[in-house]
Amino acid sequence: MKRALWILAVLLSHWRRHPMQLATLLIGLISATALWSGVQALNAQARISYDRAAATFGGARTAMLVGRDDANFPQALFVELRRAGWNVSPVLEGRIQIGGRAFRLMGIEPVTMPGEVGDAPTVGRSGLQSFVTPPGEMLVAHEVLADLNLPEGARPMSSGGTLLPPLRAQPQLAPGVLVVDIGIAQQLLNMPDQVSRLLIGKTKAPRAALEAVAGDRLRLVEPDAESDLERLTDSFHLNLTAFGLLSFVVGLFIVNSAIGLAFEQRRPMLRTLRACGVSARMLNVVLVIELVALALVAGMIGLVCGYAIAAFLLPDVAASLRGLYGAQIPGQLTLRSEWWIAGLAISVLGALAAAAASLLKAARLPVLVAAQPQAWQQAQQRWLVLQSAVALAVFVAAGVLLWYGDSVLWVFAVLAALLLAAALLLPAILERVLSLGQHTARRPLAVWFWADSRQQLSGLSLALMALLLALAVNVGVGTMVESFSRTFVGWLDGRLAADVYVSAKDDAQAMQIKAWLRGRPEIEAVLPGGRADAQFRGAPIEVLGLPDHATYSEHWPLLESTGNAWVRLRPGDATLVSEQLARRLKLEVGDRIEVPAPGGNWPLEIVGIYADYGNPKGQIAVNYAALTRRFPGIPATRFGLRVAPSEIPALLSAMQEKFGLGDRSLADQATMKAESKRIFNRTFAVTAALNTFTLGVAGIALLTSLLTLSNSRLPQLAPLWAIGITRRRLAAIELVKTLSVALITALLALPLGLLVAWCLIAVVNVKAFGWRLPFHVFPLQLLELLGVAMAASLLAALLPVMKLARMQPASLIKIFADER
Amino acid sequence: MNASSKISRRAFAGGLALLGLDRGVARAQGFAGLGENAEGFAAVVPGRTFAFPADHGPHPEFRIEWWYVTAILKDRAGASYGAQWTLFRQATRPGAQQPGWANQQIWMGHAAVTSADTHRYGETFARGGVGQAGVETKPFHAWIDSWQMRGREGMRDAMLAPLDLTASGTDFAFALRLDADRPVVLQGDAGYSRKSERGQASYYYSQPFFKAGGSITIGDKLIEVTGLAWMDREWSSQPLGPDQTGWDWFSLHLNSGEKLMLYRLRQQDGRNDLMGNWIAADGRSVEIASADNSITPTGMTDVAGRQVPTAWRIAIPSRGLAIDTTPLNAASWMGTSFPYWEGPIGFAGSHAGFGYLEMTGYSAACVIP
Repeated sequence: MKRALWILAVLLSHWRRHPMQLATLLIGLISATALWSGVQALNAQARISYDRAAATFGGARTAMLVGRDDANFPQALFVELRRAGWNVSPVLEGRIQIGGRAFRLMGIEPVTMPGEVGDAPTVGRSGLQSFVTPPGEMLVAHEVLADLNLPEGARPMSSGGTLLPPLRAQPQLAPGVLVVDIGIAQQLLNMPDQVSRLLIGKTKAPRAALEAVAGDRLRLVEPDAESDLERLTDSFHLNLTAFGLLSFVVGLFIVNSAIGLAFEQRRPMLRTLRACGVSARMLNVVLVIELVALALVAGMIGLVCGYAIAAFLLPDVAASLRGLYGAQIPGQLTLRSEWWIAGLAISVLGALAAAAASLLKAARLPVLVAAQPQAWQQAQQRWLVLQSAVALAVFVAAGVLLWYGDSVLWVFAVLAALLLAAALLLPAILERVLSLGQHTARRPLAVWFWADSRQQLSGLSLALMALLLALAVNVGVGTMVESFSRTFVGWLDGRLAADVYVSAKDDAQAMQIKAWLRGRPEIEAVLPGGRADAQFRGAPIEVLGLPDHATYSEHWPLLESTGNAWVRLRPGDATLVSEQLARRLKLEVGDRIEVPAPGGNWPLEIVGIYADYGNPKGQIAVNYAALTRRFPGIPATRFGLRVAPSEIPALLSAMQEKFGLGDRSLADQATMKAESKRIFNRTFAVTAALNTFTLGVAGIALLTSLLTLSNSRLPQLAPLWAIGITRRRLAAIELVKTLSVALITALLALPLGLLVAWCLIAVVNVKAFGWRLPFHVFPLQLLELLGVAMAASLLAALLPVMKLARMQPASLIKIFADER
Repeated sequence: MNASSKISRRAFAGGLALLGLDRGVARAQGFAGLGENAEGFAAVVPGRTFAFPADHGPHPEFRIEWWYVTAILKDRAGASYGAQWTLFRQATRPGAQQPGWANQQIWMGHAAVTSADTHRYGETFARGGVGQAGVETKPFHAWIDSWQMRGREGMRDAMLAPLDLTASGTDFAFALRLDADRPVVLQGDAGYSRKSERGQASYYYSQPFFKAGGSITIGDKLIEVTGLAWMDREWSSQPLGPDQTGWDWFSLHLNSGEKLMLYRLRQQDGRNDLMGNWIAADGRSVEIASADNSITPTGMTDVAGRQVPTAWRIAIPSRGLAIDTTPLNAASWMGTSFPYWEGPIGFAGSHAGFGYLEMTGYSAACVIP
């Protein structure tokens, strides 16, 4: 034991002399752990919220009956089914706005509510009578009380001007959900005698066949262990997880090179220890203990950083999820002990995996044999062949996955396989290129240059793989974001067709403004606009009202439509559907849908599909007049103006003066565009942050690899110096060598990155967000990335090369004498 | 004695049964006091004139009401069975009847079949106003979910017969036809049934003369049966005194063709009010209140974690009646939201016959007075 401690002390003394190396090792471990566990914390946080939402009175965890097309259906069906022996309980769901925020309103029927429905909150505490007796009670999570800034018992006012039931806190509920009695929900949503679905309880009696009672008006939905929200948000979390995993792997590359470097540098020390009588076994045990201790320390720091990253990204993630899927994530991170343990475990396991090669080498370390790089290089040949074979197999697997898989998870698997295979293939390709170079070389120094580069490959290949991965992902994500951005801007030009946008503070002011505008000659048209929130097939959608005006038919971009879509909209029985919604629900032009609206379902025929980039929610667009008939409560405070461009500034200032409209209430087209782009960019904030971070990690990986190499390669350089090549020349050769392999790698990363971009655009985006973009290649952006990669390589190579250039001849002689 | 045992005979009064819906959370809260307050509901006063079929239908101005059928049945081999079909109505608050979900009525159904070796039961709830449960008089139809009591073609209102009666649960079902050739019988004093000396009372009439025939199903075994049945109709706004803890209720078909309804209200102070009606074979009904009448438990059964008296000695000296009752199945426990014991019994002694016994308010820690 004491002996082990001494050995440990000796080993640790190395870090004291090389604090930079210790820092690199720790940085590697920390960054591997931090991003991974940060992403895990975010995912766990979201999952808790989904569970709460799912547990809300059945959710998807209970078998249920839903209307054909998921539209609402008459409550009489509920009664008929009960009387036919079905143990069903009705639920009505809709959206309601309080203070401008949309909430999901659920009407439940507590008397027939099956007892086994998930963790259904009990109505008990507040009492059945007060819950069902008008005005009833509105059960909400504590977060909602905080959001609304209201105490329990207060009665909020809906944005439509309806006084809502008194609030009552119910901790199990998900934020964003309001639960009332079904009778009260029917009244608040103005959907009398309507039901959205029937929860099915345990069978209590023999029951008639569903078709015999309800015909084809209802269909049975089997319970699903996964909630709707989980399914919807799967791709988003997969995205996060993929980035977490990528940076974990890249972090491990750093750890690998740092440990490799430490091992190379400690080789004499290990040899001495062995010579002093320390058994190989003891040495290994102590090395492992040292590694685990370091991994635990780094893991702890990594977890703290992970927490910080999660906390930093949470607002963006929460905003994205709320926007994208209507999922409510509380802004406060809650971390469970499993998270800490898993984080530390992954840090230790990662460190051990990254150090496996070095530990094996140490275990087999011969006491007195000197390094034999040439023999090793030949062994490397066989290894390369094997690795290439594996790479090809993975390529084939990726192809198969792409052919058969259709979920986002599959696409990510394909991406992972592609990247892995490319990374595995990289050393073989480099080897090929370099050996070609060697064959063409004539002068001895050139031959040595190529041969030595090849020999250097094995040490550098992991770092180069990291560089390849990071670059490819960067090219992929960069191309996707840029494609998106281009498309978005072009689309925005068509979409924001009005010249000035007005948002009055209430209907009365809107009337005043419109009256005033009538007297202004520069106004070419006033375009009213409005939107209602509805719950459609289990998710929130926006129902957008578009006035019947040439501005829209001329500018509004449609992806697909019947020839006379705009004419068809006029009567109010047709609709345009956003691309996301169409993809998610597999809707096509010509399909008929029924949208739950106050006073009954609204049957609509789909006459067109339009791009609605950046809008997380599904959206449909209908004739404005029809919208106000169907949703009488919607505010008429927003409208657009067509104005001659030269008149805009004068008009804006006149309106500001006359009506006291602030920046938020009055904007010209340019401002609206800027605002839209800001919101759009937020969707990618998380991706961009993770992307940058990964590239940074890859840079560090390259640096540490080169540091490792420069040290271990001195024995090869010393003879060259001894035969008369100057240190300066040697340094220059080294630099050129490093840069050339980095360049080859970067060049290989470009097509790989474009392939990644294609996967992201053509598959992941469509599945995750519901929109498909045209695929663009941006050569300038690629050049820029290439430049950044080369600059990073230069920086990473410079430090060891400068060390070499300044190395004392005496130490070179020493190495020459000692190692040869 | 917890609050939930202060319940009316039929286990439904005071909304306590509804608390079962709350999965035990609020059993002792909120509704516990409801049974004691009849503010705003119609009062039960002596001297009411009953009118049929109107009185077969609901009386929503009163707080509670039930349609309660028990049948004692035999198959061809002579084996005995029992069947119970009960529909309870309760108003959560007084006032004009509200339409739709705002309606203040809550309905509860219980159904059971009993044989010598098994007792199976079901329970269901419904809110009024939407059609899931209710009672209509023309034609007569009482229902909750798929359980029904429906007047047959040619039903006579005075006799409340013939009827079809059906109910089914996960592991039992029955479908009976009920016929009667005598009119319904007013209980208590011309239908005014006094429940305590402080004025608690109910309106109460019965049809004890039903002949029953049809089938019961236990598991997947269908059994043809015939026998006798009894329907109680009762409504009230405040049937129990606050110190009355539960009761023991007998409806007996004597082999002589006479019927006996007898109940004992147990009080916290140990005093028992024993009341009943003797119904002659021709339907004449006479109250038999006398201090000489007595019922005494003679055998206890450990059921659902509590001691329940399932065998009794009954003595009514003025009628020369002295009998001992034995249960068909001592474990006839209704493990419903509000649990109670209800099952068929047989009796012998000065008179012989069959009947039904219902006992409420025996909590797990209860000591029989």
